[in-house]
Amino acid sequence: MNRFAALYTALDRTTRTNAKVEALAAYLAEAPEPDRLWTVALLSGRRPRRAVTAARLREWAAERAGLPLWLFEDCYPVVGDLAETIALVLPPPGQDSDLSLSARMADILAMAAMDEPARKTAILDAWDSLGGTERFLYTKLLTGGFRVGVSQTLMTRALARATGQDEAELAHRLMGDWTPATTSWRALIEAPDPAAALSRPYPFYLAYQIEGPPEALGAPVDWIAEYKWDGIRGQLIARGGTHFLWSRGEDLITDRFPELAVARDFLPAGTVLDGEILAWKDGRPLPFAVLQTRIGRKTVSKRLLAEAPAAFVAYDLLEDGGADLRSRPLAERRARLEQIIAGVPPGGPLRLSPVLPFDDWQDLARTRGAARMAEAEGVMLKRADAPYLAGRRKGDWWKWKLDPLTVDAVMIYAQAGHGRRATLYTDFTFAVWDGEALVPVTKAYSGLTDAEFGEITAWVRRNTLQRFGPVRQVAPELVFEIAFEGIRASPRHKSGLALRFPRMARWRRDKPAAEANTLDDLKALLEAPDPDAGPEGQPGA
Amino acid sequence: MRRRRTECNRPGPGPRYSRVMSVLTVTGQGLYCPAGDFHIDPWAPVDRALITHGHADHARPGHRRYLATDTAAPVMRHRLGAIALDTIRYAETRRIGAASVSFHPAGHVPGSAQIRVEHKGEVWVVSGDYKPEPDGLSDPFEPVPCHTFISECTFGLPVFRWRPQAQVMAEIRDWWAENAARGRASLLGAYALGKAQRLLVGLGDGAGPGPILTHGAIEATCRVMRAQGIALPDTVPVTPETDPRAHPGALVLAPPSALGSAWARRFGQASTGLASGWMALRGVRRRRAADRGFVLSDHADWDGLNAAIRATGAERVLVTHGYTGPFRRWLAEQGYDAGIVATAWEGETTEGDAE
Repeated sequence: MNRFAALYTALDRTTRTNAKVEALAAYLAEAPEPDRLWTVALLSGRRPRRAVTAARLREWAAERAGLPLWLFEDCYPVVGDLAETIALVLPPPGQDSDLSLSARMADILAMAAMDEPARKTAILDAWDSLGGTERFLYTKLLTGGFRVGVSQTLMTRALARATGQDEAELAHRLMGDWTPATTSWRALIEAPDPAAALSRPYPFYLAYQIEGPPEALGAPVDWIAEYKWDGIRGQLIARGGTHFLWSRGEDLITDRFPELAVARDFLPAGTVLDGEILAWKDGRPLPFAVLQTRIGRKTVSKRLLAEAPAAFVAYDLLEDGGADLRSRPLAERRARLEQIIAGVPPGGPLRLSPVLPFDDWQDLARTRGAARMAEAEGVMLKRADAPYLAGRRKGDWWKWKLDPLTVDAVMIYAQAGHGRRATLYTDFTFAVWDGEALVPVTKAYSGLTDAEFGEITAWVRRNTLQRFGPVRQVAPELVFEIAFEGIRASPRHKSGLALRFPRMARWRRDKPAAEANTLDDLKALLEAPDPDAGPEGQPGA
Repeated sequence: MRRRRTECNRPGPGPRYSRVMSVLTVTGQGLYCPAGDFHIDPWAPVDRALITHGHADHARPGHRRYLATDTAAPVMRHRLGAIALDTIRYAETRRIGAASVSFHPAGHVPGSAQIRVEHKGEVWVVSGDYKPEPDGLSDPFEPVPCHTFISECTFGLPVFRWRPQAQVMAEIRDWWAENAARGRASLLGAYALGKAQRLLVGLGDGAGPGPILTHGAIEATCRVMRAQGIALPDTVPVTPETDPRAHPGALVLAPPSALGSAWARRFGQASTGLASGWMALRGVRRRRAADRGFVLSDHADWDGLNAAIRATGAERVLVTHGYTGPFRRWLAEQGYDAGIVATAWEGETTEGDAE
């Protein structure tokens, strides 16, 4: 496992994409084939199921280290990672061993069939033969929580570099529900695969946020407006009697959205659509949180399909009858797209993102202001005569998102973060005034700089009123501006409200706690959902 | 097994604390000895301050009179300016009021001391910051028998276990050599007082691939130590005129805050490293965004704390700055009468340059 640990260390030490790809490509070119196969499996999320519960691992590690369990539990939040905590508290290894990654993985898979005493013996023995990073990784693999900062995209790029094969073709090969037990390196990576070329997507064109007033864009007649949807950007490909769905991360996610198989029946061969994957029911999008239940699921249950049905909302046509349309003007592509969608049964999962008519920029500003009602994040502006470019380019495509809603709230609880932020207090609970009392309304843990978190951490240590396990109740003094995308009534929350995507917009050092917002301020937002989206109407301004 | 918990976990004067803590007690200013009318490492101005060592959280400005070891004194004068500072040698006993006090090596940084206070036959020792492993620079830590031991516990959890210093130094040497071979400088962040000189002694034997350069803050402390007779290897101070290309294969010692600053940019594509006990944690290593983290601390690790406490023979142990909650409970389960003293001392922080 030394070679794999060295790879992990190299990947973990750098944040530079190129260095990661280089290290991974070198490994994939040199390591024994079974280890390569396992590495590709692990980096594409094909982790074996947890061999043993976290509770047992904690017990056994504490016992082996001669520590009371409570002390082990107290170490865990400081380290922020169970496998790392175990690797650190265990005594130094007593044996030498360099079993390969694939041999270790075989041992872990074999544990499923063992009774608990045998499993314990196997794990204690492995711990005693592994040091440092190897022990940490082995334990991560045991818990099923192995992760490394390499996306599937980067892994595929490194694989392309190591094998000399095309990236998109490799991405196609890696699809599906293979495991290292059901295939071989040769079969997975090297054998001919005629379907791969059919799946190849186009690079996505990405928009910038508009910087000034839209008037600067010129005449409204030159522009086409659509809603900016809050879903997953996707490309739906129908070629050769089959279909493929790619997400913007250039991951092939065809299997996760089986309802889009209708593309095979209703899209002409050689069609590529650009659009948004949304959870969609009763003629309107569902909140992003509903779509989230579908992300990361490789198999989709009937129940989930009924609760969170997905739709593909198309807004561009990149290929028509097998011909690349990207150099044609948007107006022309859009007209053809509308013809194609007209041939699809209405009310199904393939839909058209409507063009939003507007006569002047004021008119569009009003539409944008009401975008939340349509479950959209704002509007998109696309130049009618522009070709479809690749990557993020300025000029032809702009997003004009709604400003977030904001509220000034008082920090009342703080908790340390995990992993990278385990020694900092980064997870806060915020409250607003309800008469003389502070009512918790939301948690937030992002939006500040590390320096600010450092300063707040020192403050939390000095201003703790009470501790509840890892949570500290702090003096209600610090005020933060909390930005959020939406608000809804929620009987499950004490305040009766739930905020969507809350984060700290800034630390209001200038505001005493008494001047924070009230629960009534928030309830007012609930009734009048932000008609003008300007900062004036908001309580936080 | 005793399970009695000593109640002195909140700073502030009052009969409740003085009843329980006889030789030393906690006031709003710091740890106070009523018999001798002095404070130890006070955090607010007092009349008479006994100082364990020169780090900023222990040696603060504004006291009327100071007492520290003769070895610690030059750095304290350098940092605090014109102070009324009396000095004492290690193991020399001095009578202050009705108490007798002596200073004993703590092994933390040069001149650092544990302070022993005796009154009416009862002996208390305040550890200050300490590390049991000899570092080749500071007078090595000596256990001091006592009834009550007030111990720091910056790294008082069993996830903190240091490897021998020689191994860590070898790891740093390898990194330095690799960088030199790739034609880039090695920029190593370390506290200006103590850690930097320890690294200098450990790495400056001339066997490295290039010279050792120093940031102004570190060079100033080195100059003070050399002047008092502490032997340190040669260094090249970095000045505005320094041309990095004139020093190929250099190792540059700088305070952690200088990494990533405009000051560091002159070294171009340098590899950055940090030497700190916190580097034992992957999360901290990643957050600090240095290329490499070396686990090297001037504080005791888990085994070091336990061994040091055992060696004092103390029945009562009061723990301060660090993981006081779990460490107190652990000690209580080991049979000690264990308590917590809340102080304003910080130990080794994961951020910036506080010492």
